Amino acid sequence: MGKDNYILIAVALVVLISTIADRSKTWEGVKRGASMLRNLLPQFLLLIVLVSVFLGLISRDTLAHLLGQESGALGVLIAAGLGSVALIPGPVAFPLAGMLLERGVPYAVLAVFVTTLMMVGVVTFPVEREYLGTQTALLRNLLSLAGALFVGMVMGALL
Amino acid sequence: MKREIRVRTEYSIAAAFGLFILLALFLKWPVGQDMARNFYEFSLRMILLVPGIFILIGILDVWVPKEAIQKHIGEDSGVKGMLYVVLLAFFQGGPLYVAFPVAHLLWKKGCSVRNIFVYIGSFSALKVPMVMFEISFLGWRFSLLRAAVSLPVFLLVAEFMARFVRRRGFAMSRM
Repeated sequence: MGKDNYILIAVALVVLISTIADRSKTWEGVKRGASMLRNLLPQFLLLIVLVSVFLGLISRDTLAHLLGQESGALGVLIAAGLGSVALIPGPVAFPLAGMLLERGVPYAVLAVFVTTLMMVGVVTFPVEREYLGTQTALLRNLLSLAGALFVGMVMGALL
Repeated sequence: MKREIRVRTEYSIAAAFGLFILLALFLKWPVGQDMARNFYEFSLRMILLVPGIFILIGILDVWVPKEAIQKHIGEDSGVKGMLYVVLLAFFQGGPLYVAFPVAHLLWKKGCSVRNIFVYIGSFSALKVPMVMFEISFLGWRFSLLRAAVSLPVFLLVAEFMARFVRRRGFAMSRM
């Protein structure tokens, strides 16, 4: 896969330049990255397992029906609901979105999923309320949901 | 403790899946074979990409002087302060609920109400560590376009939030 090779080349270049600039700082960075990876490793594994099972059980037709091009508004709503409720770290969420993309899920649906995941937090609402107050937190989440749907619409029209 | 239990559950599910797959391959059960193929394809791609991206994020984390950026977000920092807030959010990692303690910290340091919401908004619109994952798995065009569209949208949301909150006399709790 060409795309993947570019990423790996970019990583190699950054590591090389960083090493030339400061060897110990680079090593510190590599260690930080490794510890982040270690912390998320079980979640990555679980993601691959769950997605493999899910995509094995659900046929391509059903998936296309639920989230695909012909699903229209339904797919976007499902994506918005899942994205608002789920608590998936970004490093795990993007591979998931990538797998769905390969199965023909349109960009608009993925954009809504990814954006609500980051902007709207139903599960984390109690935490947010403590900092911002109930009304402010509620308004922020509602506006963010609307914003995410808008982003999805624009991307659906452009891509 | 809680994390340990969660991690153990996650590994147990993965192990159960492994046993199921072995059984399915042995019995030549089509659905199981399908899942095994999915698992193989997905993990191959992850093993190839994910460690590299994490190394990139780690190195970035070491080089970007976050404390230095934070110093520039004073009371009357104006547009420049806003730019710094956006910059700060770009290089911050972690999920949304991590943004609130940081926003609180900025508030205590005299960051304006608008910049608080600019921070929260740009935090989720565009984060460099996340963008690397986004580019790797969804492509350049998707990532650039999503950033270009969502940043103005969420700056607008921030402006709206700031006005709403100023009218009501805002004070971040947990002082």
